[in-house]
Amino acid sequence: MSDTADRVKKIVVEHLGVEAEKVTEDASFIDDLGADSLDIVELVMAFEEEFGVEIPDDAAEKISTVSDAIKYIEENKG
Amino acid sequence: MRRVVVTGLGLVTPLGADVETVWANILASKSGAGPITKFDTTGQKCLIACEVKPADHEYGFDAGKRVDHKIQRQVDPFIVFGIDAAGQALEDAGLTDMSEEDKLMAGCSIGSGIGGLPGIESESLVLAEKGPGRVSPHFVHGRLINLISGQVSIKYGLKGPNHAVVTACSTGAHSIGDAARMIRDGDADIMLAGGAESTVCPIGIAGFAQARALNCSYNDRPEQASRPYDKDRDGFVMGEGAGVLVLEEYEHAKARGAKIYCEVIGYGLSGDAYHVTAPHPDGDGAYRSMQMALKKAGMTPADIDYINAHGTSTMADTIELGAVRRLFGDAIGNVSMSSTKSAIGHLLGGAGAVESIFCILALRDQIVPPTLNLDNPDEGCEGVDLVPHVARKREVRAVLNNSFGFGGTNASLVMRKID
Repeated sequence: MSDTADRVKKIVVEHLGVEAEKVTEDASFIDDLGADSLDIVELVMAFEEEFGVEIPDDAAEKISTVSDAIKYIEENKG
Repeated sequence: MRRVVVTGLGLVTPLGADVETVWANILASKSGAGPITKFDTTGQKCLIACEVKPADHEYGFDAGKRVDHKIQRQVDPFIVFGIDAAGQALEDAGLTDMSEEDKLMAGCSIGSGIGGLPGIESESLVLAEKGPGRVSPHFVHGRLINLISGQVSIKYGLKGPNHAVVTACSTGAHSIGDAARMIRDGDADIMLAGGAESTVCPIGIAGFAQARALNCSYNDRPEQASRPYDKDRDGFVMGEGAGVLVLEEYEHAKARGAKIYCEVIGYGLSGDAYHVTAPHPDGDGAYRSMQMALKKAGMTPADIDYINAHGTSTMADTIELGAVRRLFGDAIGNVSMSSTKSAIGHLLGGAGAVESIFCILALRDQIVPPTLNLDNPDEGCEGVDLVPHVARKREVRAVLNNSFGFGGTNASLVMRKID
């Protein structure tokens, strides 16, 4: 597992209060991890802080699973 | 007329996070005061508070017991305290599993005096340092005063009135009085009523200290700092926590065989129309508030055995006492009056609810809680039993609880034992 994936999962566990085993790469934030739309806004902010990337609103709207987040960060981090 | 009784209690305080532990500590004359641990107090005039203790403390608070991890992260501590106290009260009343029909007639009236000040402070710093794009999306609804009532209603499915009082330090008492009226008027059969506060944060301590309301001269002796009626009192000690009661329509409670603590029989309210922070020097507002509560209860002062005073450990203590003396006349010789703020500090918007619970426990156990640190009663205290230092067994048939707030807002509640 990549370093990015580890860090993303750690943030998701901390913010959503879910068990680490549930945070698989294909887990959907809303359907599988109990997040609502505001939780996703908060997660995106946390990813931006952690990785120093900017995730504009139109990109954030397309992030619905853990792997979507990892992929976006891998492709865009400096 | 529909009567209102109390069938459940919940407490989170600096002396414990469940009703029986708090009450045992109050009766044992313990103090919840200590040096502030929540933030670095460098530069502050006031260095002490009555903080709710962490989970690993002998009588600490474990937020994880009743509040979802995600909600704990999103909301201010006053909401966390309120949700927990409401949960305790529902559990105590045996109402955690209500029918859909009951839920339609069950509501919330849980307020706060100030609301999410720590979060407003910290998020303002995020805004200043990192810009608007870093402000939490949960900022607003994690700080709003009515979000204890909101969160509790969502958690337990309570679909009746959803209300939140904001009357500074009389919030808790007004919340109970308003909720009792909603039951009496038929808006609800069950109401969770109370208040919560948590403003032990740099701006909260600095603000009250600048208003000359906080004790700043006992920083080296925190347990002696809250000393209502004492000659050497010098301002209140900030407390935090929550108190929530289950109020229930009498026939509804009886029909389900509920444990009934007491009846909420009188509620009085008034405004001083005098000054933003100082009470009227004659105690006029306090007098009229108590008078109205007694009138509504159909009682005379001689019926009251215990008063839980507002008694914040400020100059206002003797003004309240003067009003009681004037209203009670000769009956002052029978009544016991104490301030439990001497033990847990001033819970601001939570005070009236927490102190009403102490009144109810005094009715239940026939014992009155003490006023700590009352070494040298001030002038004007002569001939009044202020229950110095230690709790005392005595007959308690009916009780009066006073709460007064900035803005000149006053609330009084009368409760009595029920046969």
